[in-house]
Amino acid sequence: MTKRILIDNISSKWMLVCLSFFLLLPLAIGTGLVLKSEDLLTGHTLSSLIFSADWSPSEDKFGFWPFILSSLWVTIIALIISMPLCLLAAIYLSQFAPKWLLEFMRPVIDILAGIPSVVYGVWGVLVIVPLVGDTIAPFFNNESLGYSILAGALVLAVMSIPYILNMLLEVFRQVPVELGEASLSLGATKWETIKHVFIRKGATGILSAYGLGFSKALGETIAVMMVIGNVVQEPASVFDAGYPLPALIANNYGEMMSIPSYDSALMFGSLLLFVIILAINILFRYLIYKSEEK
Amino acid sequence: MSIKTTIPVISKEAAHFQVVPGEVPVLNIRNLNVRSKNAQILKNINLVVPKNKITVLLGPSGCGKTTLLKCMNRLTDLYSELKLDGSIEIDGEDILSGKYDITQIRQKMGLVMQRPFPLPMSIYDNIAYGLKIKGIRKKSIISEKVEKHLREVALWDEVKDRLKTSAQRLSIGQQQRLCLARGLAVEPEIILADEPTSALDPISSRVIEEEFLKLKADYTIILVTHILRQAKRLADFVVFMYYGEIVEYGPASEIFENPKTDILKEYLRVGH
Ligand SMILES: Nc1ncnc2c1ncn2[C@@H]1O[C@H](COP(=O)(O)OP(=O)(O)OP(=O)(O)O)[C@@H](O)[C@H]1O
Ligand SMILES: [Mg+2]
Repeated sequence: MTKRILIDNISSKWMLVCLSFFLLLPLAIGTGLVLKSEDLLTGHTLSSLIFSADWSPSEDKFGFWPFILSSLWVTIIALIISMPLCLLAAIYLSQFAPKWLLEFMRPVIDILAGIPSVVYGVWGVLVIVPLVGDTIAPFFNNESLGYSILAGALVLAVMSIPYILNMLLEVFRQVPVELGEASLSLGATKWETIKHVFIRKGATGILSAYGLGFSKALGETIAVMMVIGNVVQEPASVFDAGYPLPALIANNYGEMMSIPSYDSALMFGSLLLFVIILAINILFRYLIYKSEEK
Repeated sequence: MSIKTTIPVISKEAAHFQVVPGEVPVLNIRNLNVRSKNAQILKNINLVVPKNKITVLLGPSGCGKTTLLKCMNRLTDLYSELKLDGSIEIDGEDILSGKYDITQIRQKMGLVMQRPFPLPMSIYDNIAYGLKIKGIRKKSIISEKVEKHLREVALWDEVKDRLKTSAQRLSIGQQQRLCLARGLAVEPEIILADEPTSALDPISSRVIEEEFLKLKADYTIILVTHILRQAKRLADFVVFMYYGEIVEYGPASEIFENPKTDILKEYLRVGH
């Protein structure tokens, strides 16, 4: 009896230790980034760093606005494409498709999720970039080299689909069948049942899938970097090239050490990414909280 | 005190039940068979359900009562592994034939499920949901009906101050009454109630029973229960099922006082 209780005590303490590690990790990373970017922060005001578009490290000008804009553009457009697609696909697979199709799709989704991002990048260069440059941009009376925000967003959308879809399928799998039966018994159609019952019941899960998808997409580096052009400018349209934050960091870290504050500026870039992801997560937490209240 | 577990052989004639003289038939089930991949769940069910009466389905757990109710509102459609044949006629139309609007069939045959599943919305909206689906748009009518049906199931006083809060936080017994109210709000022709008082205390159960006796004037009720005393209080007609078959059927007094088969005798004796 006492031994069992002892084990019970130890295991719960042990879990607490693990948990505090997970809690401390982001805190430690955040503090580290702040300390490392101190050099830059002492010489510049925060608002000039964030909102200025003037980027010229050799003249000690570090305006991050073009990078922030590119990151947000690419991520938001990618998710505007992939979120509804994933939701519809998850609903179709879990509610309408025959069982064998769902069973067939699960490993396919896993494989898609497992493809290294550099492969998506190569595919983007070979397929999406020419598609945007030769077909989509001319269709909208625009000129584009193809290396653009849109190309980045399309590649990112495709990459995030297996990730988000997988989570959404799990969400719908956990809605009890009887809930659907209850709604149908009241004379609702299948679509009414999905709209008013399944999506509502799954709202919390859907939001957290979207939140995680957003964070992951925002941080995606290689594939986007390969197709977006990496030009420091405020993109005026989706056909312009952009330069997202992760690409900036990956392209330049360890180089250009001769320029003072550059190292610190890249750390500040990481910090910005970190803060944006934090903000997005808080936003989604809030939405989840709201949806649970209902 | 042990119940026989061998399946009794039932004569084929006993499986045919016809209209009871003097009653208006509203539902007519003929030669209904339900098969799953490896078993026959319902075997040659023939049943005529009289209008404005309470017909009670009795039988041991797993004998097919819930499945029979689900056939009546075609929830069985959701289970591709189940194969149905035979016919279920309501108002002279065979609802299994497939040419009718399934949502209308389901509004006619209001199923209240065995386990309560409140919809993921407020208490108020749980009742309003079916009304809106029926096409009722006027707010005043909806809120009037919400109150009426919550009163019917003796839930109004407990929830009237929190109608807008989530229905999923109600206790199981409250959920069961809510689900009953939700089913009644659609005003079906036939109420299919699957153990509607299984999670309720004796007093709330009695309130629901009284309500069923009142509802009989306007509705036909098919009730599944495991509580023999409740069956005796409510039943006009009794169907006794065993391993997917109807073993006995008749007016309540006859079934309870003169059971013919050994298995029903045993069931009634042990159930006391
Ligand atoms: N979709 C299905 N596939 C296979 N078998 C099923 C299916 N649905 C029900 N059954 C089987 O049919 C039999 C009857 O089940 P049913 O739920 O109708 O019993 P019941 O009489 O309502 O029992 P209880 O009193 O416990 O509620 C059970 O043996 C059950 O396992
Ligand atoms: Mg049952």
